[in-house]
Amino acid sequence: MNDLIFDFFGETLHALPSGALWWPGRRLLCASDLHLGKSDRMARLGGPMLPPYDTQETLDRLGADLSATGAREVICLGDSFDDLAASRDMVETLKDRLLGLMAGRRWVWILGNHDPGPVDLGGTHLAEHVLGPLTFRHIAEPGTTGEVSGHYHPKARVSLRGRSLSRRCFLLDDARLILPAYGAYTGGLDCARPELSDLMGAGAEAILLGPTPVRLPMPRRPR
Amino acid sequence: MANRPGPVIYGRMTRPLPPEITGWFTARGWCIHPHQQAMLERADAPCQLLIAPTGGGKTMAGFLPTLAELADGTHRGLHTLYVSPLKALAADIKRNLTGPVEEMGLPIRIEDRTGDTSSHTKRRQRADPPHILLTTPESLALMVSYEDAGRTFTGLRRIIVDEIHALAESKRGDQLMLALSRLSTLAPGLRRVGLSATVEDPAAIARILARHPDPCEILEADPGPDPDIAMLTTSEAPPWSGGGGKYAIPAVLEQVRRHRTTLIFHNTRAQAELFFHHLWLANEDQLPIGIHHGALAREQREKVEQAMVDGKLKAIVCTGSLDLGIDWGDVDLVIQVGAPKNVKRLVQRIGRANHRYNAPSKALIVPANRFEVIECTAALEAVRAHQLDGDTDHTGPLDVLCQHILIRAAAGPFHADELYEEIRTAGAYADLPRVTFDRCLDFAATGGYALRAYDQWQRLVQRPDGQWQLRDPRRAQRIRMNIGTIVDADKMQVRYQRTRGGAPLGEVEEYFASMLRKGDTFLIGGQIVRYEGMREMVVEVSRTPYLKPKIATFMGTKFATSTQLSDRILAMFRAEDWPELPGHTREWLHLQRKVSRLPERDRLLVESFPHDGREHVVAYGFAGKNAQQTLGLLITQRMEEMGLNPMGFVATDYATLIWGLDPLDDPTPLFSRENLVETMEAWLAGNAVMKRTFKASALIAGLIDRNQPGAARKTGRQATFSTDILYDTLRKYDPDHVMLQITRAEAMRGLVDFGRIEEMLARIGDRIDHARLSRVSPLAAPLFLEPGRVPIAGAADQRMLEDEAARLMTAAGLVSERA
Repeated sequence: MNDLIFDFFGETLHALPSGALWWPGRRLLCASDLHLGKSDRMARLGGPMLPPYDTQETLDRLGADLSATGAREVICLGDSFDDLAASRDMVETLKDRLLGLMAGRRWVWILGNHDPGPVDLGGTHLAEHVLGPLTFRHIAEPGTTGEVSGHYHPKARVSLRGRSLSRRCFLLDDARLILPAYGAYTGGLDCARPELSDLMGAGAEAILLGPTPVRLPMPRRPR
Repeated sequence: MANRPGPVIYGRMTRPLPPEITGWFTARGWCIHPHQQAMLERADAPCQLLIAPTGGGKTMAGFLPTLAELADGTHRGLHTLYVSPLKALAADIKRNLTGPVEEMGLPIRIEDRTGDTSSHTKRRQRADPPHILLTTPESLALMVSYEDAGRTFTGLRRIIVDEIHALAESKRGDQLMLALSRLSTLAPGLRRVGLSATVEDPAAIARILARHPDPCEILEADPGPDPDIAMLTTSEAPPWSGGGGKYAIPAVLEQVRRHRTTLIFHNTRAQAELFFHHLWLANEDQLPIGIHHGALAREQREKVEQAMVDGKLKAIVCTGSLDLGIDWGDVDLVIQVGAPKNVKRLVQRIGRANHRYNAPSKALIVPANRFEVIECTAALEAVRAHQLDGDTDHTGPLDVLCQHILIRAAAGPFHADELYEEIRTAGAYADLPRVTFDRCLDFAATGGYALRAYDQWQRLVQRPDGQWQLRDPRRAQRIRMNIGTIVDADKMQVRYQRTRGGAPLGEVEEYFASMLRKGDTFLIGGQIVRYEGMREMVVEVSRTPYLKPKIATFMGTKFATSTQLSDRILAMFRAEDWPELPGHTREWLHLQRKVSRLPERDRLLVESFPHDGREHVVAYGFAGKNAQQTLGLLITQRMEEMGLNPMGFVATDYATLIWGLDPLDDPTPLFSRENLVETMEAWLAGNAVMKRTFKASALIAGLIDRNQPGAARKTGRQATFSTDILYDTLRKYDPDHVMLQITRAEAMRGLVDFGRIEEMLARIGDRIDHARLSRVSPLAAPLFLEPGRVPIAGAADQRMLEDEAARLMTAAGLVSERA
């Protein structure tokens, strides 16, 4: 696979082209901000009626990552569902598909700001999850170390000989790792914006998704 | 609106003009033009189209019947609706109409209503409309979307569509005609009047204007004397390439000096900016010269417009923003910089000079480069021969139709059958198949997805009585907020830094802004500014003493040379000699004929030669820039498959130049129709042009919203996601979705312009001439200087990104830990 392999608090981690994080040492796959049911929620709230295939697309992608890695444990790092109704009203076939992915695996739902709280899907529901040197939670907290989080949907923009390229990305510094949003219809926050640029320490790096993820110094606004 | 003096003829009139009006004309010693009179005589016709040159009293001809009918003060409510493509034009007409009406002492209330009108006034206008309302297509569509539209438009008798030629082939025009189909239902007996500049095929415009199948009377006014038009000769020959016309600045300044007021037209804003900047550097006499284009801040534009009205300016550098008949200033010369690309536009621009009916307009064309000398010569011949570009058959686009269905739903419940019949009274939709209408209705109602439906949350629902209505009436507000068919690239405002007063300068495209680094200098509003940073969604800049901008804003032209002009150029090439061309250009063509050959209309000339260590292929398709660009993409793909290792290409209106590693032996298979169509199908899949086209149509059709009620400013996160994702998702899960069909149809005639490629293939057949040369041919040489080179993508993106990452990591002293 075209993973990008890096070290984080003594552990070897893989950034996958899909935006998921693979931790071979624990056979653990982590994906953040799935936002399942997003198109339905938007239609329900009187917004646009987007192609209602995002949940299927996200689950297909997750299924592909699970079979490629053979993961035994999965952490969904928060904002897995777009809201309560999105998990409740999930179409039967898609719910079956999700239950199929969960079957035989330890599955942890981390609570996000969109999530409704425990739903009837099984798995373990946690506010945060500590595994060895790493702490998994939805929103990064200042002053912590070894933290893996999501929430911000980071993206990075790079100028290439007069052309500009913007891609979803992981952000990495010596205290924390922030995952890109995994869901099909998720926007992104440019990592040069203060919310992210202030959060990430000096020397922070970005891992841009693509056919092969690419690692580079985190782009920041000129000051 | 001035009418020349002359004998007054009232005798033939079937309906006498009220004395207030005739008195007003007589007092000024003016007479009524024959076409104004003809409009009056036939004012009862259901549809009239007046074709008259700029300055021919066209607007007065349109309004005279209205003034006559309103003179006795008995009409209650709205009588005449006037629609113009420009806000500024509506305001201008209000000024020019209110004056005479007051002087005539007629009891007529005239108001305008545009995006700039206050919401208070707008509400009042719906409840208590004036006799004459001046508006734009978008404002009208909005009025039609209200539940009380029926009341507002009761009693409406006439609708005047001004500058209809500018609307006829655009989505704004389609939207307008759909709104008119609604108005004709609300106000039976409504008469339509179209006012148009000179066009090649008036019947085509009449077909779009008239309520189908009503007839439309066409009146053609005396076109006036032929324009006095020539190429501007300069001591210096034009450069081989480029579009700015900078070389001609001394000659242009000399012309400005010799005339009262000069309009200097450019094809793009960027070119106008650059030219204006250089003009000022050379403007030793400090002649008052202004700049006007659509990207400038409104305050800036208004200042220039006012200065123009006050006669304070000697010249204005401008773009299409001054194309239409706004009547200000005393313009006696029009200069067109750069080849006009299409003859119709040239004629209309020329018409801006000498805004008086019987004086010839005076115009000069400045070719920006050597090839444009030929193009301009061809255009001049076309103008002298009164041969404009033909109008293409226009079928109403479906994205506009989808929006119209939503607008109709916002106004209240409707029967599908009735709406279908109503829509087909719009000429461009007269042949709309019921099944296509039903698909669009289904899209508007449910999203139109094949595999999954938003049963519970659909937008429109069918009531027990069969009528369709909004599921949630609050949705109407959202629909109204998203009315319109103009989709611009995302723009960002440019302002001076707050510490420097924060004055607005204009707008740049978001992708341009994203490329800027602190300290970069670029041109806007004729000034060079320095990029300081981004605050919220505003680009902040400061003044800079530098004379040369670091970043060129050249973005090319979105207009491709018309088929007629291309044909004329190819016809010119058949001549033995070209005495009408300047010596330098003439010699150039002779040399090309000697070294290689000149392109011909019914053959395709393909040259190949080595240059600078690489192999080159040039295809002279003369299909217009967009089609030549598409051709470049398709051919390089094919060459890749043939193992010729193409590396990139560049396209102009007349040719595509491709460079790569291996020589081409036989070009024939590259240009077979079958091969091109097949490659096209595959290529459409992931193409950026298609995604851009999809986004525009998705916004118009209401798949996604531009604006939402109560939305805060973009916060960045999650607020927007790329529409590319929607395009990919639809292609994957729902390939027959109506939005994808719309996108394909749009691309074929828009940026991809595959239509022009098919046209080219039809005229060349299998007559392909391959000239294998030992070096660059004279005609190919300028292509090497052309901007907008396209590298062959694919693996290139990723490789460039990886190189950049390696460079940055090394620069930052970090070692990549990639396994």
